[in-house]
Amino acid sequence: MGTVIVVTSGKGGVGKTTTTANIGTGLAILGKQVVMVDTDIGLRNLDVVLGLENRIVYDIVDAVKGNCRLRQALIKDKRFENMFLLPAAQTKDKTAVSEQEMKDLCANLKEEFEYVVIDCPAGIEHGFRNAIAGAEKAIVVTTPEVSAVRDADRIIGLLEAAELKEPKLIINRIRGKMVKSGDMMSVADILEILAVDLLGIVPDDDAIVISTNRGEPTVIDDKSRAGRAYRNISRRICGEAVPLMALEEGNGFWSRLKSLFTR
Amino acid sequence: MNLWERIVRFFGKEAAPEKTGVIAKERLRLVLVHDRADLSEVVMNSLREDLIAVISKYMEIDLSALEVTLSKEDGSVALTANIPILSVKRDVALKQKEAL
Repeated sequence: MGTVIVVTSGKGGVGKTTTTANIGTGLAILGKQVVMVDTDIGLRNLDVVLGLENRIVYDIVDAVKGNCRLRQALIKDKRFENMFLLPAAQTKDKTAVSEQEMKDLCANLKEEFEYVVIDCPAGIEHGFRNAIAGAEKAIVVTTPEVSAVRDADRIIGLLEAAELKEPKLIINRIRGKMVKSGDMMSVADILEILAVDLLGIVPDDDAIVISTNRGEPTVIDDKSRAGRAYRNISRRICGEAVPLMALEEGNGFWSRLKSLFTR
Repeated sequence: MNLWERIVRFFGKEAAPEKTGVIAKERLRLVLVHDRADLSEVVMNSLREDLIAVISKYMEIDLSALEVTLSKEDGSVALTANIPILSVKRDVALKQKEAL
């Protein structure tokens, strides 16, 4: 029996889909049976972040409405054979799936998979309530900005009201240099304000843009800092105690020399 | 910047401009006090009832004129309670005397 985890944020553009793709892939790298579910009906995106956009035949609405068997709607990744995607419908109305249908879908998926990772749409309306309907755990993604943290606070309140207690926080796109100079809120600042547990921090990293251009989750690239951060997060989800990565990596001679040997 | 300001800054008398990270945190803290309070009428009602219960131990208050509100005035949020007192309970006055 698997675990259903929803990735949510309230605000759009903070990296929910990227986080879902990287956590899902990270769990698959750790050998887990994983399915990712895109619930952003009408604005399908998880498929392109994962590079699976050309392989879609059926989608979540087809699976829920019985136009196909659930198994037929799941796209198997060619890089990791234990990783699957259930894509969102692109042309249907966003009310096409009900909360009960989502609950049933999650119940079916967790029979077969160890982790069901749900990518939630932005906002707090129908799509959000659907995405969390079948979830047992929640991950809230935010960035170190006033607007994103404010929306995260709202989402945490709504999750707790929906009996999804103790959501875990990921702080995305943090810039060590700016935090150090005092021009960006620190991890401690954000945790103090939101009063939730931290699941991980992901540094702002060009590698995310570059790998997403290709349709490859950054977590595959263990040389990138963001990729390593997502690996750490995936291991923490599996229950391992992994220390937080240092925000700043020196660029001086010694740290370059050290990174030659440690990578 | 004139010469005097430069000299003052050189000797470190003038405060450095506030870091924007600190500004962000402070703005966020304020906006959240408001958001969280706005979120639930239920919380305000339950706070009002608790206040009534505590104060009623000591004095009789005018429930019909009681007001509990959150107000935002530049840079701070305050809980304001306007609680008209009808009478102070006799035993409270007695206890106070005993304490003296």
